[in-house]
Amino acid sequence: MSSQKKQAELIKEISGVNPLKCMKCGKCSASCPSYNEMDIKPHQFVSYVINEDIESLVNSKSLWKCLSCFACVERCPRDVKPGKLIDAARQVVVRQKDQNYLLADEIPELLDPELPQQLLVSAFRRYRR
Amino acid sequence: MPLENKEFKPKIVAFCCNWCSYAGADLAGSSRLTYPADVKIIRVPCSCRVNPMFILRAFEKGADGVIMCGCHPGDCHYSTGNYYARRRMTLLFSMLDYIGVENGRTRVEWVSAAEGVKFSETMNSFVEKIYSLGENVRLGDLRCKS
Amino acid sequence: MQRIGVFVCHCGSNIAATVDVSKVAEMALMEPGVVHAEDYQYMCSEAGQAKIAAAIQEKNLTGIVVCSCSPRMHEATFRKAAERAGLNPYMVEIANIREHCSWIHKDMEEATKKAVILMRAAIAKVNLNTPLQAGESRVTKRALVIGGGIAGIQTALDIADAGYEVDIVEKTPSIGGRMSQLDKTFPTLDCSACILTPKMVEASAHEKINIYTYSEVEKVSGFVGDFTVDIRKKARCVDMDKCTGCGVCQEKCPSKKAPSEFNRGLNTRSAIYTPFAQAIPNVPVIDREACIKFKTGKCGICSKVCQAGAIDYEQKDEIITEKYGAIVVATGFDTIDLEKYDEYAYSQSKDVITSLELERVMNAAGPTHGHLERLSDGKAPKEIVFIQCVGSRCSDDRGKPYCSKICCMYTAKHAMLIRDKYPDVNVTVFYIDVRTPGKNFDEFYRRAVEQYGVNYIKGQVGKVIPQPDGKLLVQGSDLLDNRQILKEADMVVLATAIEPNPDVRKIATMLTASIDTNNFLTEAHAKLRPVESPTAGIFLSGVCQGPKDIPETVAQAGAAAVKAIGLLAKDKLMTNPCTAQSDILLCNGCSTCENVCPYGAISYEDKEVNDHGIRETRRIAVVNNALCQGCGACTVACPSGAMDLQGFSNRQIIAEVDAICR
Repeated sequence: MSSQKKQAELIKEISGVNPLKCMKCGKCSASCPSYNEMDIKPHQFVSYVINEDIESLVNSKSLWKCLSCFACVERCPRDVKPGKLIDAARQVVVRQKDQNYLLADEIPELLDPELPQQLLVSAFRRYRR
Repeated sequence: MPLENKEFKPKIVAFCCNWCSYAGADLAGSSRLTYPADVKIIRVPCSCRVNPMFILRAFEKGADGVIMCGCHPGDCHYSTGNYYARRRMTLLFSMLDYIGVENGRTRVEWVSAAEGVKFSETMNSFVEKIYSLGENVRLGDLRCKS
Repeated sequence: MQRIGVFVCHCGSNIAATVDVSKVAEMALMEPGVVHAEDYQYMCSEAGQAKIAAAIQEKNLTGIVVCSCSPRMHEATFRKAAERAGLNPYMVEIANIREHCSWIHKDMEEATKKAVILMRAAIAKVNLNTPLQAGESRVTKRALVIGGGIAGIQTALDIADAGYEVDIVEKTPSIGGRMSQLDKTFPTLDCSACILTPKMVEASAHEKINIYTYSEVEKVSGFVGDFTVDIRKKARCVDMDKCTGCGVCQEKCPSKKAPSEFNRGLNTRSAIYTPFAQAIPNVPVIDREACIKFKTGKCGICSKVCQAGAIDYEQKDEIITEKYGAIVVATGFDTIDLEKYDEYAYSQSKDVITSLELERVMNAAGPTHGHLERLSDGKAPKEIVFIQCVGSRCSDDRGKPYCSKICCMYTAKHAMLIRDKYPDVNVTVFYIDVRTPGKNFDEFYRRAVEQYGVNYIKGQVGKVIPQPDGKLLVQGSDLLDNRQILKEADMVVLATAIEPNPDVRKIATMLTASIDTNNFLTEAHAKLRPVESPTAGIFLSGVCQGPKDIPETVAQAGAAAVKAIGLLAKDKLMTNPCTAQSDILLCNGCSTCENVCPYGAISYEDKEVNDHGIRETRRIAVVNNALCQGCGACTVACPSGAMDLQGFSNRQIIAEVDAICR
């Protein structure tokens, strides 16, 4: 298995999402508050995973622009949940860097007043031990 | 597989309801989806026609596995038959397990008339399971052995 | 002892290529009771059947086993052949050595062995077969149609035109159904009322059609050809014979605050009302929840103004019991509840409406008298957004997994009509896919785009945000241009998913008709029997079977009528003789079997029993052969083993088990 394919499988496994269920309605992109900041749009995320182009995905700006507000997860009519895919892709990157989680104590110094509140909430959701 | 089981050819009885599973088996046939010849199918009008006695009788006569297939819950041709069957078999199988007939030797599976693939897959996995369990020594009536 | 003949079919090479057929025939002769065995190329052919007939007559056979294809394929063929040769057709058993043997195995030795075992099982069974006689039951030459929409009306008209009596039971005060609420119909844009009303009038005037409006089916018993149905005629509080339909009562009624069901709650109606002007029958009903007389006891104005003296506050619900030979279900649909779709702001803004509500808004008899206006402030909209697939094609728990089928077309229709009448209004449609299979359908949709300039955008809408100034901010995506769209709209129209009428589940249970997880009634065969329920005598018409537009509904209604007529035209029906029977010596009248019987086929009678010389009267289970469908649930439930199923008796099945395990 190529490493791209492996990573795609890993993303599917972590997210628990079957990207093939997507019917390309675009409701995720329509709901996304950071849409304009993203180079790869939420609905495209799904096709990137299907096409196993994880390289472009993990190097995209979008990966870190997603607020994990889960609007797309809530509204996706097909249970594809691009937000979860993005989350899983981030997880893959973090794992590659050998940092599986953050400790709560480490967060204050990483704080940036510009960061949206929602990102903090989602960070806790994701990185808590 | 243990050596002594090399020549083991299990006897497997499958009860199939006329409306869904028997038709599913027919579809497996017309789609040429193979499963081992050890499986022999008995047609019943509905899974609720399967008396637990039939299953005990099969084991008594030396069957190594018994599987019952019916319509999916809610799809029974007679509306409620498979619900009765499901409850009866749950009870019977737990009692069989208690007296030493392993749970793997009995199975209930819902196969619709459109699920030829599922029928063949089910039979393959069931037969594989029976091979791994080996010959059924419990319940067999010695007087019945030829 | 039976004299059994065994016939092994080659089925060309289908069987003979993997099964040694002559070996199977040879082995057959070693089985108990077998006096004749032969193999032949094609047993189902005329020559093959002739061989069977000859053997039956020459060798005096009492039972035969045909080793061939599935009994689902040719059991009936061989039974008929046996019957022609003078053998009871139920003395025929099939060993399925094609689908269950030759087609799935490759090794000849293995397949032949299995074929022999399958044949042995069939021989063991036929040894215990007894001749069975198919019974007869009579057919009541009257049909019931549940639901008075276009599907029900069309079915009733077609059955009645063939000369049979039909009753329509309709829940609401008037027939007409959803179609009566529509303004125009695609793809020809005829006015819905103009084409429906004549049919409604024709149905009500037809001498063979009897319409029960404001009525519901309460109880169904019986079986194909002989259903007994209780119909509850809800109290109208208006005497149908006396009322002249003058409408004065509705005018004078002081309670005018009840939401109008016909106008989807967009305006109100009086407590005494007919749903719409062309209602049939044109007799109002009193809504007791809204009526001041019923709430406080004071009022009675309608009674005072009624010249005909038709108002009767004391009227009670009435139960009518009627017999029918066939029942057609035509219960139709409703739009889904949008409670779970917060993002479209349906509950927050009056200017977010469903397409069915838009039909009422566009209709001259609707709440706005046909003027396209915002329901919040009555202003003319300049920017309208349509959102497709609201709740359709959703595999989550909020919506429906299926495509509602009609939305693409009616949205194109709405968009086109609006652009035609109000050319200065911008219309945008957000879609996932545009699905227009149907005669002149795609041309219609293309006309909306090319001729009327409707702006179609591929991509869903994520959110509709009501603004303080009353506008609606629509946040959508354009997947083809890869951009997010923010559009200020004056009105948003939701193409809401349709679902079967919620009452249909209750009705399906009464009819023992099978129903799927989406509450659509299941057809007997998805392709070859699409208008029949698997339950004999029940037919399906319209959206209760699956999403449909009007032409399809009318076509299916006609097809259901033909099937019903085919049934009603028969004087007698043959019944399946494979029914349960109780052994009067073993039965102890415990009622267990009655409780598990899904058809209510079992009752109890006091019978004189001679139990080994002791004569006494016992309570014995009696099976109604016409009701029993032969599932066998009772045979297993019976604690004393008194119940047995003819054709699949305990002894027969055990003999098969024994033969297989031998």
